[in-house]
Amino acid sequence: MVKNTNNKMFRMPNRRNLLKISGAAVLTTPFVSRAWAATTEINMLAWYGHGEPDMVAEFEAANNVKFVSKYYAGGDNMMALIAQSPPGTYDIILSDGEFVQQLNAAGYIEELNAADYPFDDMLHEDFTKFPGHWADGKLYSMMLRGGHLGVSYNKNAISAKEAESYSCFWKPEVKGKVGHFDWHLPSLGMISLYNGNGSNLWDLSDAEWNDVQETTLSLRPQVGGFFDYGGTFNGLKNGEMLAMCGIGDWITGVLEKDGAPVGSVIPKEGGIQFTESYCIGKGSDKAGMVTKFIQYMLSPVGQVKSAQMAAYPGFCVTKGGRAALIEADPAEAKRSHQMDGMSNEPIALINEGRIHYRDIPKQQSLEDWNDFWSEYKNS
Amino acid sequence: MPTKKSQKIDIYAMTWRLPIIIWQLLFFVGPVIFMIAMSFFLVKNYRMTEAFEFINWSKMFSKNYFWDSYFYTVTIASISTILAMLLAFPASFALAFKASEKIRRWAIFLLIIPFFTSYLVRTFSWFVILSEKGVVNALLGYIGLGPFTMLNTNFGTLVGYMTLTLPLVVILQTITMANIDKTLIEAARNLGCKPLSTIWRVIIPLSKTGLIVAAIFCFILSFGDFVAPFYLGGSQEPTLPILILDTTKSGQQWPRAAVVAIVMMITLFTVAFIGIALAYRKKASK
Repeated sequence: MVKNTNNKMFRMPNRRNLLKISGAAVLTTPFVSRAWAATTEINMLAWYGHGEPDMVAEFEAANNVKFVSKYYAGGDNMMALIAQSPPGTYDIILSDGEFVQQLNAAGYIEELNAADYPFDDMLHEDFTKFPGHWADGKLYSMMLRGGHLGVSYNKNAISAKEAESYSCFWKPEVKGKVGHFDWHLPSLGMISLYNGNGSNLWDLSDAEWNDVQETTLSLRPQVGGFFDYGGTFNGLKNGEMLAMCGIGDWITGVLEKDGAPVGSVIPKEGGIQFTESYCIGKGSDKAGMVTKFIQYMLSPVGQVKSAQMAAYPGFCVTKGGRAALIEADPAEAKRSHQMDGMSNEPIALINEGRIHYRDIPKQQSLEDWNDFWSEYKNS
Repeated sequence: MPTKKSQKIDIYAMTWRLPIIIWQLLFFVGPVIFMIAMSFFLVKNYRMTEAFEFINWSKMFSKNYFWDSYFYTVTIASISTILAMLLAFPASFALAFKASEKIRRWAIFLLIIPFFTSYLVRTFSWFVILSEKGVVNALLGYIGLGPFTMLNTNFGTLVGYMTLTLPLVVILQTITMANIDKTLIEAARNLGCKPLSTIWRVIIPLSKTGLIVAAIFCFILSFGDFVAPFYLGGSQEPTLPILILDTTKSGQQWPRAAVVAIVMMITLFTVAFIGIALAYRKKASK
């Protein structure tokens, strides 16, 4: 008898074996594909919107990375999230400008190499040496975008002329229709400006701080509510609120694009700039890729994406970004006054000294301001 | 032997009781103990540090806004409870005594349906109805009334509380009243008791326990609710849950927020204790 010496490998598989092979193939495919092209996860800590597809999808596809975003609301919240996480949890942190120095003091961020970024392309000299971003000649954060806070109003209830001063919040016709964004810093900063403190708006003596509290309390009868982003958005959209204190184009801009009769202007007493900056989290092992992402966001393409961000708009900080925005989306550039010669053009406002960078109180503690804010809400 | 028998019964009973005891220890007693301990901690550089200091208690108790919030929350939750009880009673009465068994079952099913959707979504839907350009003002406009400001007011907060509590209160009241022995009501009527007097002297005393439990639930839910006073009340006068959020937002003062939470818990324990004592109190025999 001749023994069958056929190689088993080439034997036609029976149904049971075929099923086994197919099952094994299905189960191992994901591991094979991962080993073949592993996607790098980048953990981002940011305000809402910065890790959404409209901002990062293109970069993700080009670099085989995936952003895993954790969103916060407010600098305090950001500091707490970092403080409660082990080093290296966040690869990239988007911080409000005024909190960068606190991040650095606490040792939560890495030093950046200034040569990696387009400082010669920044729209304003202030942006190249932004307060708190540098320490002992070392760079720790790179400014990405900004926005101005002033009088936000319903154009059917308040005229453009009236909106030129914060005094429009006290207009009898808007009694009960003035809303506050529920964060003490921008609202009290605006009242400080209204009181004539100008560039010293955060550096208040006891007497000036008392005056700010008194003026703020005088606004209370006009106030119809204290809102988060969603509430502010709804209040202005449905006409429940006719003026908002503590916000700017970052909210009205979204509504304006949607056709609502609302807008934001910088009044004669001055406005406040919020600044958003990127930092590399301490202990991140993806610093190279994060640097590449920051460079991308500061490139003309990234700056246009930032200006058009679906969650809330911000203005470009680089010359290349602004030029690209004007070319790619002239309507948005015009709406947000990002064209030379326009009234309320962001850089011209800074040059005129009408814009003050948001900061934290100098002579009082944040707790003092927050305590007063709670009292104000209850008064 | 009786001792052995009782020991066996205890082990058997404990086997069944153990999961709920473990559950309560892990998810109620443990967190409460931690919260109490946390109220003595300190916050340094946005990080909680273990300590045993009374500063958080003295700080919160010395603030007028804390007491303003406290009394406002107690008041608005009490108003909500009274309102829900009054609004629910006629409906529950009709379902318990006038409706057929089949209609009652359907009504209870329909009252449960709102709980299938998110409370936040239901609250947001009130924006469309209550805003100045909303449905209510549009209807009132046809008869020459309004527009009235309903959002960002106490009225708005109460509408939110009713959204949360009214279905539950109706269900509890209905089930309680439906279980009253109908012959007692008939006896009262046969003995000449008038309809309103029957409600007051027979139905309410007989359903006292269920009514008080419904009121306690309503108070607890309203007292601890964040959504209605924040979104429909516009945070105009912050309630204690809003104060907790404000406290944690600024400086991450979780220990001070714990103080507020403990005060809330003590208040709710007191209300529940008094309510249950009243519900099960036997009338003194003459």
